[in-house]
Amino acid sequence: MTDTADTTGPSFSLDGEDVAFNPGETVLRAATRAGRYIPHLCWHPDFAAHGSCRLCIVKVNGRAGAACTLRAAPGLDVQSNTEELNAHRKTLLQMLFVEGNHFCPSCEKSGNCLLQATAYEMGMEGPHFEEFYPDRPVDASHPDILLDLNRCILCELCVKASHDIDGKNVFEIGGHGIGTHLLVNSDSGRLADTAMTLTDRAASICPVGVILPKRRGFLIPIGERRFDTASVSEQANRGQS
Amino acid sequence: MNPNFQGTSVAETDLLQLLARHGAEPQALVQILRELQELHGWLPRDVLKRVADALGLTLAQVEGAAGFYRFLHMAPVGTYRVLFSDNVTDRMLGSVALMDDLCRRLGVAPGRLGEDGLVSVDRTSCTGLCDQGPALLVNHHHVVTRLDATRVAQLAGLIRAHVPVSQWPAEWFEVRDNIRRADVLMGEPSAPGAALAAALARGADEMLAEIKRSNLRGRGGAGFATGLKWELCRRSPGVGRVVVCNADEGEPGTFKDRVLLSRRADAVFEGMTLAAHIVGARRGLLYLRGEYRYLLEPLLAVLQRRRDTRLLGPSILGREGFDFDIAIHVGAGAYVCGEESSLIESLEGKRGTPRIRPPFPAEHGYRGLPTIVNNVETFCAVGHIALQGGAWWAGIGTPQSSGTKVHSVSGDCERPGVYEYPFGTRIGRILEDCGARDTQAVQVGGPSGVCLSAFEFGRRIAFEDVPTAGAFMVFDRSRDMFEVARGFAHFFAHESCGFCTPCRVGTALVVKRMDKLAAGHGSRHDIDVLFELDKLMHTATHCGLGATACNPLRDTILKFRPAYERHLKSLYFEPGFDLDAELSVARRMTGRHDAGAYLENPP
Repeated sequence: MTDTADTTGPSFSLDGEDVAFNPGETVLRAATRAGRYIPHLCWHPDFAAHGSCRLCIVKVNGRAGAACTLRAAPGLDVQSNTEELNAHRKTLLQMLFVEGNHFCPSCEKSGNCLLQATAYEMGMEGPHFEEFYPDRPVDASHPDILLDLNRCILCELCVKASHDIDGKNVFEIGGHGIGTHLLVNSDSGRLADTAMTLTDRAASICPVGVILPKRRGFLIPIGERRFDTASVSEQANRGQS
Repeated sequence: MNPNFQGTSVAETDLLQLLARHGAEPQALVQILRELQELHGWLPRDVLKRVADALGLTLAQVEGAAGFYRFLHMAPVGTYRVLFSDNVTDRMLGSVALMDDLCRRLGVAPGRLGEDGLVSVDRTSCTGLCDQGPALLVNHHHVVTRLDATRVAQLAGLIRAHVPVSQWPAEWFEVRDNIRRADVLMGEPSAPGAALAAALARGADEMLAEIKRSNLRGRGGAGFATGLKWELCRRSPGVGRVVVCNADEGEPGTFKDRVLLSRRADAVFEGMTLAAHIVGARRGLLYLRGEYRYLLEPLLAVLQRRRDTRLLGPSILGREGFDFDIAIHVGAGAYVCGEESSLIESLEGKRGTPRIRPPFPAEHGYRGLPTIVNNVETFCAVGHIALQGGAWWAGIGTPQSSGTKVHSVSGDCERPGVYEYPFGTRIGRILEDCGARDTQAVQVGGPSGVCLSAFEFGRRIAFEDVPTAGAFMVFDRSRDMFEVARGFAHFFAHESCGFCTPCRVGTALVVKRMDKLAAGHGSRHDIDVLFELDKLMHTATHCGLGATACNPLRDTILKFRPAYERHLKSLYFEPGFDLDAELSVARRMTGRHDAGAYLENPP
């Protein structure tokens, strides 16, 4: 997002500094546009807010809410970068790490992974909780795309991208509770039997290492990847959301 | 019993009939799946595919919805699906041993279908029969109450002999109302139509003013002002408004709506009709929890009688333009659907995940239409207000909590059942009336409510003191409050919708910690972690379910700490796993049983 809000327009306060917003915007969208970092995983500027990861939790006049769904209003006093909220964020990240099977050293997404980058940003040094080690499938049926559900954080960005942009409805959410999981829409339930292609938006939207192009592993060496050169907050400050 | 239970496909004519009845509307998906399962016992993938095609949905959308509800099955569950109600009150009455006994007699493991495909036995969240438990649910339809060893033995025999549920002893299905104390709502009912006639005479504006004057607040727990909610809906722009009655009474320990729906169904429907008159709705929906499936036919009969007497349908009571009717949606086992926006999602045939709010249902509810959602008890109350006036209702109870409240009393007391009191009643008074002795604690409002210990029994039921959605579970001094909290922790993990991180993972982590403590492997550190999880979940969850999921935990740790410390192996650090247990397989293989092979706990 490169457009800027009218500087004489309404604004709210984020950690003591004014952020201008356009009417109807959420706190997270306005903050992102202004180059202000609020941690998030399931939010993406091209899609409607989802509100599931809860990383963007902020406090407004003492009340907690998700910045991605919170409508900006003049004079709001939004607290985000506080010790208490960052501690909560770290715990949420640890929850996501123990819930799935995340082995960064062997993951092709390492260095390009928003979950990993956000965990570094929040100073997460270990899982803290006991790992769940769930038994989740890998779907390698598609000729060009690998689906490794061990890393899924249920952000639903692929569901939205496939539905809103690709018009293919390849993904859905199934199950409930801790058994909630990503579904592939085909009679067989396999990705090979869908219309998905590498050029789909859904093929490149995954913030973690679930949806990966085949035969490109380690094409970009470790050390030269997106978050290897600048942290997630530094990139946000430069307007790269 | 279903003749084609073990087949792989539903008869084409059955499917077409069902789809035709629901107008092939995607909003009817959950109802269609539920009814298909009643015909077929479970939902094979090819059937899901045909439903998807007929409704213009994808297979994954249908699979996603089916997988959300605990009572819908995508694998066979047997000719008999037996679900033991697993509320703490059922366990206190011996349900655990009875279920083990039934499994042993039938030769099946809990949760697993027997090899002959005849029967599966499992647990389910509270079925709302705590005053006559232990209870169980058969084939998501019939309930068996007051279980004991004799009943379980007979039940096993009937199942083994393939006797259809319809031929089981009729007294097993008897559900008693157990009305122990009646006030306004449980008292003498007015004639059907009387309240509606009074409301029509007042006119919609004046009737809304009376509701506001009464200070009536929603009985579902949150206590939002009913008049204000209705006014917001009435003012919302949009064509077509909807009145929804939330009869998804899922809070463990709550069963007062069951009794209101059994004994005061006319009052409930009359309240909904009255609301329709005020907000200008033509369409009404009652969301009946799946566990109350057995109430469907009696409720449909009441609706038909009201249509026949012009209390529903076109030109109600002869008033031109006052057209309103009510349909019943049966749930499929999901506690979270008691939250109004999840309930609306479920009514629309989707996964019951809470919506992002605002917008609130009063502006943007069922199918985007302005919608009011109120509890069964709230609708019961408005008829009385129409007849006797808002000032009369406001004069009952306390200034901030007007009127009466119906309580579902269960647990350690002589007379469990339904008790109605004006707001402002002392906890101790209710305990005296129900014959509770040597009481250690009361869980008011269910697991998401508050746990009170003896020094708080002077407190009063009121929104400003001890608010409640209607559950009142009594625990005497013989009960281990840690075990009570552990049961509630399992309940929340079982019922989490799975949408947001803190609730989906947090409730599962709480269960792991509580089970670790129960197994005697806990330390003080685990209690600190529980506090940390409680704090996070109160702050960060998407909806109220997650926010309140640790309430029983926090209350019991604060008020009954010795109950927790009894379970601590050490007051200091204890590792997250038991190394000796982990090494036991290797020791067995190597034949090492000498003391040197163990860390510190030789057998």
